[in-house]
Amino acid sequence: MSEIEFLNWVRGPGFQIAIIIFVAGVIIRFAEILLLGRKPNLAEAKGSEMRGGLCTIVSRSFPDKNTFQRSAFTEVSGWIFHGGLFITIFLFAPHILMFKDIIGFGWPALPTPVIDAMTVVTIIALLAILVHRINNRALRFISTKEDYFVWLITILPLITGYLAFHRIGMTAPTLLAIHILSVELLMVIFPFTKLMHAFTITLSRWYNGAISGYRGVES
Amino acid sequence: MSASLEKGINALTQQVDSTVAAFFTSCVHCGMCAEACLFYTETGNPAATPIHKTEPLRRIWKSEYTLQGRIGKALGLTAKVDEALLSEWETLVYDNCTLCGRCSMVCPMGLDIALLIRKTREGMAAAGHAPEGLIGATTRAITIGSPMGVKLPALMAQIKHVEKDSGLKIPLDVEGAEYMLLLSSMEIMNFPEFISAIAKIFSKANVSWTISTQAFEATNSGIQIGVTDIAAELVQRIVDAAEKLKVKTVISPECGHAYMAIRWDGPNLIGKPFTFKVRHILEVLDELRKDGRLKITGKEKQRLTYHDPCQVSRRGGVIDQPRNLIDLFAENFVEMPDHGKMGWCCGAGGGVSSNERADEVRLKAFQRKKDQLDEIKPDAIISACSNCRINLEDGLEENNMEIPLLSLTETLAEHLAD
Repeated sequence: MSEIEFLNWVRGPGFQIAIIIFVAGVIIRFAEILLLGRKPNLAEAKGSEMRGGLCTIVSRSFPDKNTFQRSAFTEVSGWIFHGGLFITIFLFAPHILMFKDIIGFGWPALPTPVIDAMTVVTIIALLAILVHRINNRALRFISTKEDYFVWLITILPLITGYLAFHRIGMTAPTLLAIHILSVELLMVIFPFTKLMHAFTITLSRWYNGAISGYRGVES
Repeated sequence: MSASLEKGINALTQQVDSTVAAFFTSCVHCGMCAEACLFYTETGNPAATPIHKTEPLRRIWKSEYTLQGRIGKALGLTAKVDEALLSEWETLVYDNCTLCGRCSMVCPMGLDIALLIRKTREGMAAAGHAPEGLIGATTRAITIGSPMGVKLPALMAQIKHVEKDSGLKIPLDVEGAEYMLLLSSMEIMNFPEFISAIAKIFSKANVSWTISTQAFEATNSGIQIGVTDIAAELVQRIVDAAEKLKVKTVISPECGHAYMAIRWDGPNLIGKPFTFKVRHILEVLDELRKDGRLKITGKEKQRLTYHDPCQVSRRGGVIDQPRNLIDLFAENFVEMPDHGKMGWCCGAGGGVSSNERADEVRLKAFQRKKDQLDEIKPDAIISACSNCRINLEDGLEENNMEIPLLSLTETLAEHLAD
């Protein structure tokens, strides 16, 4: 297979396979959760489930002072790398063109140097997060192989994207193909690993807020 | 597989619903729950990280309710729940957790980790992996009617004393009374002053109330050990008595988990809504305050603080009421650095106090409360849970700290105008 054939495969059939697994996987995982259902609460309500649920979806991103102080690194690095992922994935001009191809519309991009800098910042944040995971006693103890595997699959598209943009080490088509392949890998494992939290966080926070809200406590 | 293990696995399987699935799916292993748990912060034991305690339930969810888990199970790759796992987890689930729910308030993914641990206990108990102390308390609750073995004659004797000392009549089995008061065994045996305080307040405020001789015990060992059937039976006894006496409201006393059991779990345990209301004593007192039925005299000059019982405040929603009431008589009230819904547990709830094996870790965990108290240096601590009260007294004594513990209801009664 020539490098152009390789690039065409990852852009064509490879990408389609990844999208199908990603979309079907996410739907299956959501169905698995929602079909289980939940018994109605028979206790007399003191507050609103809906209000509590919606509040917690937002408020859980902003911890109270003591919680922030105790987990400052996790909070700050988490904000940086999630923000960095959002910016590099959704606000980079070539990515927006690709989204436009799929969904039919686009949106304004950030200047490329900004994306370039954010990529480096995000990679550094993820490296720091790995070091923290290994150094922190509780975190190291609860970490599983999946945690390290998912970390690797998350940082790969950032590294391959950076290399492809700066054409480091290989020819441009090969670098681009490797970058796209790394994203496809991420999409394929996404529904079956903790990466699913990107979608289920809303559900999980809603349940938490609803359980508390029903008892009149804002959680 | 042994019969008890099978029972445990079945019990865990029954616990999985959409909340459990959403929670486990969302966990990213960030470790923030560790920092919210006094059994981790005060001991440094990484196994005490809250989410780690839910491992038996997580394994069942994964292997039975997820696509990848089921495929893994068929290939023999998904981790199983076995005897070894349950024995190893017993101390984590019972000795190193008070179900205080602080982790549930902190988790950035919104997992109600305390709920997951509570559900894990169902499997542990069914498989026979519950602590001796809790098994004993639960057996006594079912056979005798009280986890501490307090029978009706003991209550009657205390009531006689109270009536003699206070000159007030304690109404027993009054049909059609507005309120039916429940008591914890701890209050009956260690703090009968609580009964006279209620009698005094209710008599001044002209409240119609009663105690049922058929069901006076408020505590529910069933929810602590994690056996739904037993918890439901204990709730049913109260429901029967309340319906028989046709009372409008059942009052849960100064006890944290008793409130959780009857107010929030009760109707769900027996599978139907109550025909009466359930209120915590602090809610009832605060209503009386609002209606202007509490006439207070004299102010406490000493520096007072309030210890939030977890099941009353964070898990129960009774947070403002104690503060409104304390305001009536306290001139110098000071909050602990983290309070209300973010308060720190005393370290002995959720069955830990009935479990002697946990004594050492309980006293270590108390360090968190000690640090909070060192920061504000109160003259006295007010609380609204006799279990918190006993444990705080124990912890303070261990640490040679002389800070008296006060019951909110009793302190309020002392400040009633004649």
